[in-house]
Amino acid sequence: MARIALKDVYKKYGAVEVLRDIDLDIADGEFIVLVGPSGCGKSTLLRMIAGLEPITGGEFTIDGERMNEIAPRDRDIAMVFQSYALYPHMDVGRNMGFSMEIRRSPAADRTERVAGAARTLGLDRLLDRLPKALSGGQRQRVAMGRAIIRDPRAFLFDEPLSNLDAALRVEMRLEIARLHQRLAATMIYVTHDQVEALTLADRIVVLEGGIIQQVGTPLDLYERPANRFVAQFIGSPTMNILPAERSDNGIAIRGGPTLDLPGIGGTGEVANLGVRPEHIDITAPGQGDLTGVADVVEHLGSDTNIYVDVQGVGPVMVRARGNVPVKPRESVGLRLLREHAHVFASDGVALRA
Amino acid sequence: MAVLRKPSPLRVAGKYGALAFYVAFALFPLYWLLKIALTPDQLIYSEGTKLWPGAATLENFRIVLFQSDFLAYFRNSVFVSLTTAAATTLIAAGAGYAFSRFHFRGKRALVAVMLVTQMFPLLMIIAPIYKIVAAIGLLNSLTSLIIVYTAFNIPFATFLMQSFFDGIPKDLEEAAMMDGCTRFQALRKVIVPLTLPGLGATLGFVFTAAWSELLFALMLINSNDTMTFPVGLLTFVSKFSVDWGQMMAAGVLALVPSCLFFVFIQRYLVQGLTSGAVKG
Repeated sequence: MARIALKDVYKKYGAVEVLRDIDLDIADGEFIVLVGPSGCGKSTLLRMIAGLEPITGGEFTIDGERMNEIAPRDRDIAMVFQSYALYPHMDVGRNMGFSMEIRRSPAADRTERVAGAARTLGLDRLLDRLPKALSGGQRQRVAMGRAIIRDPRAFLFDEPLSNLDAALRVEMRLEIARLHQRLAATMIYVTHDQVEALTLADRIVVLEGGIIQQVGTPLDLYERPANRFVAQFIGSPTMNILPAERSDNGIAIRGGPTLDLPGIGGTGEVANLGVRPEHIDITAPGQGDLTGVADVVEHLGSDTNIYVDVQGVGPVMVRARGNVPVKPRESVGLRLLREHAHVFASDGVALRA
Repeated sequence: MAVLRKPSPLRVAGKYGALAFYVAFALFPLYWLLKIALTPDQLIYSEGTKLWPGAATLENFRIVLFQSDFLAYFRNSVFVSLTTAAATTLIAAGAGYAFSRFHFRGKRALVAVMLVTQMFPLLMIIAPIYKIVAAIGLLNSLTSLIIVYTAFNIPFATFLMQSFFDGIPKDLEEAAMMDGCTRFQALRKVIVPLTLPGLGATLGFVFTAAWSELLFALMLINSNDTMTFPVGLLTFVSKFSVDWGQMMAAGVLALVPSCLFFVFIQRYLVQGLTSGAVKG
């Protein structure tokens, strides 16, 4: 049981402010993913929650209880490190049971819990091995086992999958999702990988420059990004951003046509139009909204990525379903799906009805 | 990658030849020590530099062990060296850990000062050290040697220990603290076991340094009761003659503790203990 709340939390190293105005309420059992480019402060935030990094200001509570000054060991939080941080001189069993050893739990109890966790993680036959005799995936499992054995109030994950190869990463991602379903514990997960964020999270927190850019469900962020940064960070391939301005009867793409976009709210100045590659249809040249020349065509089987040069507007990327028979240097028409278009002010804030 | 060819026999022979030459070169003085120690007194001068003595005897060892003060010197040296090694390593481990893990005001200055202490030739400070030791009434005591040796070995030992602590990922302590350890428990249960090679190396280094130190021992110690073994060796040089055989026998015996010490710590010197901790 853990409701975690951060109120006006900030962090300074000397005069440098690395995190500010962090306000976040995490419900019991929620899976929160902190995502952002490297250097955005996401790992620092996680380490502040863990107690490994002092909180400069603001208040951090678990179940209403102030935690700012509480030592990591008394926060009852488990953490899985990016490097796994297994104790090299202890075998797998002792690694997993170390927290109980420190708390002087009865040995029988400890053995039983370790065996149980090892069974769920498929480590039963490795309990006597030292970490150096394990593969990357196995080490990762031991690190997770060490966390679950404690039955903590909350779990923290610091980029736990970034050291694994692609196939293993998918497998461990599923395992973490299952773990969350089974334990229904509060989990906070840091990653720079948006696929991990979108697949695992109940809610995603997008951080950039030490500030929370947006908090929302994966679909929220995809469909209603709060600003240009979130719009371009979430979604792959990344959203097309075209210079545009407001005109009498809609939004005019600079160097291109005017789109009739009902529901763009306010009267604020418009700087950019954003359309995701998957929200553009390929048409015959001359039809649709824009006409351009295909530059590079990537056939992925399930999709086709087409990089189109539009005269006067610039490059536009299109992701079409299935195998589209477009050849490089061929002329194509583009139709933008208006219901999926986004408009941004010059400061990057999304404008909405 | 280039195809591995079988190395030519000439190269192999050359390589082993060079190694053999080096080993012979390095071990020859030791051999000579042993040879003189085993040569009967009357043959030392008559046989000159013959590689193999015409006769061997344990007489020199018997005299050194039972008819000289060698055992007392030896005991003093063991006491001084062990205490110095233990005290230095303990202090250096603490300081090295602090340098490796914490940021505090004056850290750079402290490191700089410690480096400066290593820059002076010891000869320069013998007189002031003598005055200080005399003033606190510690002349002719083993305590004075322990204090001086400890003080002079701490800077280097601290840097040595710091580099060992630097080699242990910070994540390990943090994981231990998340697992319920205090910082001190994390140090004791996780970091110290992984630093054993470093502790062993530091102990060995300081022990040998203190064991063979002559200069301060010579200056600060006069009485026969508190002489350490390097000073004691000089007693084999009398006004009119040098007891080469006995001196060499004493030298051979003096090698024993050093050898034992390294046999004892060498298993902690094995590197690679931290492999597998973090992604490798």
